[in-house]
Amino acid sequence: MSEVLVLVDHADGVVRKSTFELLTLARRLGDPSAVFVGEGGEAAAESLARYGAAKVYVVADPDVTAYLVAPQAEVLAQLVEQVSPAAVLVPASSVGKEVAARLAVKTGSGLITDAVDVRAGGEGVETTQSVFAGSYTVTATVTRGTPIIAVKPNSATPEEASAAGEVVPVEVSISDAAKAARITDTQPKKATGRPELTEAAIVVSGGRGTGGDFGPVEAFADSLGAAVGASRAAVDAGWYPHSNQVGQTGKQVSPQLYVAAGISGAIQHRAGMQTSKTIVAVNKDEEAPIFELVDFGVVGDLFNVLPQATEAVKAAKG
Amino acid sequence: MNIVVCVKYVPDAQSERTFDSDNTTDRVGVDGLLSEIDEYAVEEALKIVEASDGEVTVVTMGPAQAADAVKKALQMGAHKGVHVSDEALHGSDAPATSLVLAEAIRKIGAPDLVITGMASTDGIMSVVPAMLAERLGLPQVTFASELTVEGDTVTIRRDGDVASETIVASLPALVSVTDQINEPRYPSFKGIMAAKKKPVEQWGLADLGVDAGQVGLDAAWTKVTEFAKRPPREKGTIVVDEGDGGTKLAEFLSAQKFL
Ligand SMILES: Cc1cc2nc3c(=O)[nH]c(=O)nc-3n(C[C@H](O)[C@H](O)[C@H](O)COP(=O)(O)OP(=O)(O)OC[C@H]3O[C@@H](n4cnc5c(N)ncnc54)[C@H](O)[C@@H]3O)c2cc1C
Ligand SMILES: Cc1cc2nc3c(=O)[nH]c(=O)nc-3n(C[C@H](O)[C@H](O)[C@H](O)COP(=O)(O)OP(=O)(O)OC[C@H]3O[C@@H](n4cnc5c(N)ncnc54)[C@H](O)[C@@H]3O)c2cc1C
Repeated sequence: MSEVLVLVDHADGVVRKSTFELLTLARRLGDPSAVFVGEGGEAAAESLARYGAAKVYVVADPDVTAYLVAPQAEVLAQLVEQVSPAAVLVPASSVGKEVAARLAVKTGSGLITDAVDVRAGGEGVETTQSVFAGSYTVTATVTRGTPIIAVKPNSATPEEASAAGEVVPVEVSISDAAKAARITDTQPKKATGRPELTEAAIVVSGGRGTGGDFGPVEAFADSLGAAVGASRAAVDAGWYPHSNQVGQTGKQVSPQLYVAAGISGAIQHRAGMQTSKTIVAVNKDEEAPIFELVDFGVVGDLFNVLPQATEAVKAAKG
Repeated sequence: MNIVVCVKYVPDAQSERTFDSDNTTDRVGVDGLLSEIDEYAVEEALKIVEASDGEVTVVTMGPAQAADAVKKALQMGAHKGVHVSDEALHGSDAPATSLVLAEAIRKIGAPDLVITGMASTDGIMSVVPAMLAERLGLPQVTFASELTVEGDTVTIRRDGDVASETIVASLPALVSVTDQINEPRYPSFKGIMAAKKKPVEQWGLADLGVDAGQVGLDAAWTKVTEFAKRPPREKGTIVVDEGDGGTKLAEFLSAQKFL
């Protein structure tokens, strides 16, 4: 069987759940090979093998991580050339999609972004995308080159399938052109102890209706073990970091449960959460458009409703 | 400082968006407008030339109606417009779009900066900027939430999932901007009047030396085989809080096995 290259998403060597989802999907298309860029590849190989990586290509060259996007695309282009994979899967993060973009141009290959499903079809690799704020489902294939697919987090349930996980160090020579945009400073985000927004099974978001007090939103999120999101109005007001924004220009999330508190449900917000399985809203205004989407809605003040719900959840969980 | 800004004409997200019988996005039968995020790109370009000197040229690739996107940018204050339009472009995918835009930028003349939005509001792929950087051989400085140009270097702040990064490159460079970067201006009455006299070039594929066989639906490297409207969500239960709203919410979550 052909190899399927999977670009590993990791934070300082800790492999993210979305990578295990990609490895699970890759097994439908061929033999998964993980491509690990950065420090800690050897240590990560064990978990990658557990989810089916027969090989783990490790690229530790500091040139690759010191510059933005372009070197990673050169690494993948070199591997595509060497192993002629059946497909390349990348996480649909901003970096993942940009690496895929440059790889597509370099290798003359078609690119599909934000796939929510990937499978082997009659005409090659077949994907499902959810488009126009979740109002349409589209099936697409790649007709030229190596299919390059950027897959959204939460698109598959990671399944273990032990494989060899043979570590293959890769020597690369990065062109000067790829070193044109240099990363000169990195400020890590403060750890909150909460799950990552795009990976979380439950997301609780707050909007302008919080009036700047995210306390009840965070407390409710913590009772459910959820990630915290925010509308752009809340982010623009400086109440919550931009990295927690849900929507068209923030994160696109697709959790099992999405709770919107004090959020009206503007189209740009919906674009980031409309594919959530179950949607709940708490809003003072019974006319708020968010109520058109909900499975369950409470018309009320979030400062009363959320604390009461938090206590009830805690009591139910014991 | 000469800047080229790529502006896309997109179907209005507030109206009913749909597909044509050939599985391409319906761009003609629906209301369209300048992709909102590209207003931030235009604004940033205007701020830069206002602080130094030079010209802002906006370029769009799209059907006849896409002229509206150029017009809006000119009303905001851009100096010149280019509208690339050709029957053969219908159904172009991202690699083809970036090919055409790259050739148009080359023909406009080597700019110091190319600025784009971080994503269009219809395709939302966030790939055209990286593809343009690849094709034009420019440093890629993308997802800028802050931007400064000093001498011949450009510095941005890029807010990622795990960290906020500072990225530096020398000019010429390609920048994409987020909606955090500025507050786009509204066209003034004066701006609207002035836009009427600003030059807009109309280019076809032949003007760019791009072969029609490289673009459009038939040459696309990806193919949409099916589309289906998602069934509307079933109407949910809505309760009015009468002192027990939180309890009812928890009961719902429990019944749905979230607890
Ligand atoms: C280019 C562009 C990109 C954008 N991208 C995004 C994006 O990524 N994400 C995003 O979210 N938005 C985005 N927006 C903004 C979007 O259009 C809306 O302005 C935004 O989503 C509104 O946020 P909100 O719902 O919190 O605020 P509002 O619309 O002001 O709604 C606040 C809601 O809170 C309710 N409320 C008030 N007090 C209480 C209370 N005590 N208890 C309960 N309810 C209360 C009100 O009834 C109201 O419905 C974008 C806009 C543009 C132009
Ligand atoms: C729902 C949907 C899904 C799609 N999926 C795919 C897919 O999986 N693969 C694929 O190859 N194509 C796909 N396409 C086609 C693709 O969107 C178009 O080819 C488009 O021109 C480029 O992608 P984008 O709009 O997502 O651009 P993005 O990469 O999101 O755009 C970023 C910026 O590039 C500039 N820009 C983009 N297009 C233009 C333009 N025409 N004129 C001027 N500036 C522009 C703007 O500054 C914009 O802000 C899809 C289109 C739609 C509507």
